[in-house]
Amino acid sequence: MIFLSNLVNGISLGSIYAIIALGYTMVYGIAKMLNFAHGDIIMVGAYIAFCAAQYWGFPPLLALLVAMIVCTLLGITIEKLAYKPLRQATSLAVLITAIGMSYLLQNLALLIWGANPKVFPSLIGLDSISLFSGQLSIRGATIVTIVANMIIMVSLTLFTSKTKLGKAMRCVSEDRGAAELMGIHVNTTISLTFAIGSCLAAIAGLLLCSSYPMLMPTTGSMPGIKAFTAAVFGGIGSIPGAMLGGILLGIIEILGKAYISTELGDAIVFAVLIIVLLVRPTGLLGKPMREKV
Amino acid sequence: MSEPIKRRAGTKMVPYPSQSIVPERDLNVQPVLETRHLGIEFGGLKAVDDFNLIIGRTEIAGLIGPNGAGKTTVFNLLTKVYEPTQGTILINGHDTKGLNIVQAAHLGIARTFQNIRLFNQMTVEENVRIGLHNQIKYDMLTGILRLPRYWKQEARQHRQALELLSIFDMQDLADVRAGSLPYGAQRRLEIVRALATNPCLLLLDEPAAGMNPHETEELMENIAKIRDQFHIAVLLIEHDMSLVMGVCEGICVLNFGKVIAKGTADDIQANPVVIEAYLGKRKEG
Amino acid sequence: MKSKRNKLIYNTVTFALVIVAYLVLSYMVGHKMISRSLKGQLIPICCWIVMAISLNLVVGISGELCLGHAGFMSIGAFTGIVISGWLLNGFQFENESLRLLIAIIAGGLAAGIMGVIIGIPVLRLRGDYLAIVTLAFGEIIKNVLNCIYISVDGRHLNWGFINNEIEGIRLLNGPNGAVSVKIISTFTAGFLLILFSLVIILNLVNSRAGRAIMAVRDNRIAAESMGVPVTKYKMMAFVTAAVLAGMAGALYGLNMATLVPTKFSFNESINVLVFVVLGGIGNTLGAILSATALTILPEKLRFLQSYRMLVYAIVLIVVMLVTNNSLIKNWIRSFLIRFKGNRKEELS
Repeated sequence: MIFLSNLVNGISLGSIYAIIALGYTMVYGIAKMLNFAHGDIIMVGAYIAFCAAQYWGFPPLLALLVAMIVCTLLGITIEKLAYKPLRQATSLAVLITAIGMSYLLQNLALLIWGANPKVFPSLIGLDSISLFSGQLSIRGATIVTIVANMIIMVSLTLFTSKTKLGKAMRCVSEDRGAAELMGIHVNTTISLTFAIGSCLAAIAGLLLCSSYPMLMPTTGSMPGIKAFTAAVFGGIGSIPGAMLGGILLGIIEILGKAYISTELGDAIVFAVLIIVLLVRPTGLLGKPMREKV
Repeated sequence: MSEPIKRRAGTKMVPYPSQSIVPERDLNVQPVLETRHLGIEFGGLKAVDDFNLIIGRTEIAGLIGPNGAGKTTVFNLLTKVYEPTQGTILINGHDTKGLNIVQAAHLGIARTFQNIRLFNQMTVEENVRIGLHNQIKYDMLTGILRLPRYWKQEARQHRQALELLSIFDMQDLADVRAGSLPYGAQRRLEIVRALATNPCLLLLDEPAAGMNPHETEELMENIAKIRDQFHIAVLLIEHDMSLVMGVCEGICVLNFGKVIAKGTADDIQANPVVIEAYLGKRKEG
Repeated sequence: MKSKRNKLIYNTVTFALVIVAYLVLSYMVGHKMISRSLKGQLIPICCWIVMAISLNLVVGISGELCLGHAGFMSIGAFTGIVISGWLLNGFQFENESLRLLIAIIAGGLAAGIMGVIIGIPVLRLRGDYLAIVTLAFGEIIKNVLNCIYISVDGRHLNWGFINNEIEGIRLLNGPNGAVSVKIISTFTAGFLLILFSLVIILNLVNSRAGRAIMAVRDNRIAAESMGVPVTKYKMMAFVTAAVLAGMAGALYGLNMATLVPTKFSFNESINVLVFVVLGGIGNTLGAILSATALTILPEKLRFLQSYRMLVYAIVLIVVMLVTNNSLIKNWIRSFLIRFKGNRKEELS
């Protein structure tokens, strides 16, 4: 029963990783860059939701909406200011800029909200469910997280396969030059990708803090890095891959902490990343990439 | 250097066992390159299929064909950028199965690239010195401790690099950053760098691309000069037919990954299959 | 040979600057002309300079982004502390300079071995993956060191993993790190370590191996086609940098009475990266200057301290934008030309 409970918690944590990983995987697929600041957009989203609910007394859904709007705008702004001027630059330069952006967000949050952790209010008003005559209890936040993850996955898959904008995104990720020649606005598409990714980050922030209610300026960085691990695990650029990688990683982390060592939980997650990259560098569902000579 | 080898005009091409031809002078030496039924598939698409070629020890050979015929893929197979899915490649009689790019280079195969790949941040001389990497050696510790061997070998590298650069009259550019050279000079530097590795087979991927007719003429002279001076074989991909017909002894025509014709310049020019591949089929009636 | 002479001048200036700075500072320390806070910072500055120039070897010369450099420093620091404590408590080895030397060498070796272990899998990867995996390794090192307990019992070293029930005098204490370390680092040792690193790096860059490393950075496939074994040379740069970082770590660790493993977090790796970026990627002298300035300035300007990381973040972004965007580059160039032009007119 404890195992089952751990498993459910793992899937829940994994669902959060999956939602964050989506942002990484889409941006990586289209802009060919590792948006290091993505994890910190989660943190900003969580703070905005926190302020909206705690200080302004917004209802949970409205708080979420505000956080989503702010994060979307933030994502677009970051892309326009910092990444767009570096389209032609080396990946080293882009990555260093992204790291700088991550630190900028963290330290701005530190100035605005302070270093003391904030206790995140429980925004999810769903009661725990008891199963097996009370032996297994699943928290409301857990259920909401898992359901939200599924809804997001399905709608995003539909979006990229059915809509015109989604198809444009897939075109740009395949071949930016050819997409441009076909009349697709590459810059708009990249902005759209950042917007979707950042919007999802806000949702992930709220879900993360509903399950782990300690909010600090560094809250987003570790889940961010782990979610990137999940994206690589599942195969970067692949939406189902992000889902699979995220959930597997969440399960590995929770079970590792429960049965191997609490102190080594993070080390286990990163060890998984390294093993995956050694054995199958393209991830579980990724396509092999060939360098053109 | 022995006496120069006569140029194409006088070369008599003779059949070589297994449906290929080599210059008559190379008939009794082991060919520098031999491929048998070479092929590669990319996800079901056969980019190169049943490619057979023999290049004589001192031959200048051409590989031509329409865009997308698989010419550069052949180069990538020969230099082991890709592992072939079928067939064998013999360099000087050595099977290259399972070798990587570096090991293929050690066997004496050197190349230039269609999209120039120089070490842009480094100087022209340093680029050539990378070519000399396996010719003039000393280990890391000798370099850090500046032992006498370091100074001796550095001086040798410097001398030899300038000597190689002088083939194309580039010795004055030795200290210029390679990335800031004009286009034609970059292509020439790539050839010098490849020559520095002391190859027995030099692969040139569109060496005349972006050059004006005068430069192409000069390049043609130089390719022949290099072959005479270093006694190596050259295989070149080129779209400029004046260069191919002017300097190549044996020519191989590729279309859709398959060899459609092989022979001397005169054979190729008269071959109806080649004309069809380049110009399309004539409508009857 | 213009470029050769320039290189010679550059190297001479670098060495001369370090030596003169050392002589002046030792004189000032000897005559009590220096504030206590600055005096306390001399050794850390030496450590950060070595960190910066060694990371510069990886980022600037080899062209790979390593985000786990603090991990190597951490291994060096704790190895140095353990070796020094072991020699002192187990063998009554009292000679401090010799003990420091042994500790620094041991720290460098340990970090170097870890560099090889990490390098074998990591250097097969490219670009962003390599960065994220070095980051992961840095975190793993921190996590594992958090669980290690080492004590010296007679001449024996006892150790425990997660299990802290071991006998003897404690050297490493899990999450509490090293406590009551005997401080033996000296400014002279720091200066010599900088000189040692400079000799290795500057000589390496101007040699056959160094050129091969740069060739791999500029164009991997072309380098391979020239017969340059790519992994070997990437490894050479990576492990050399790891050894130097380990040595710097040992010096740093033996300058602190207490040291916890979490000190060497991802933040420290980023700090070192900021030194390298601000000094100009690939520029050793620049790395030395920026490491010095960015270690002293926050101490001197207290008000800057709370904004330190914010300023660093902006520095990273702005330097990258200015040096990599052709539009901004051209704009600055034309501005400079106009500025110079104006000055000439004023003069005439």
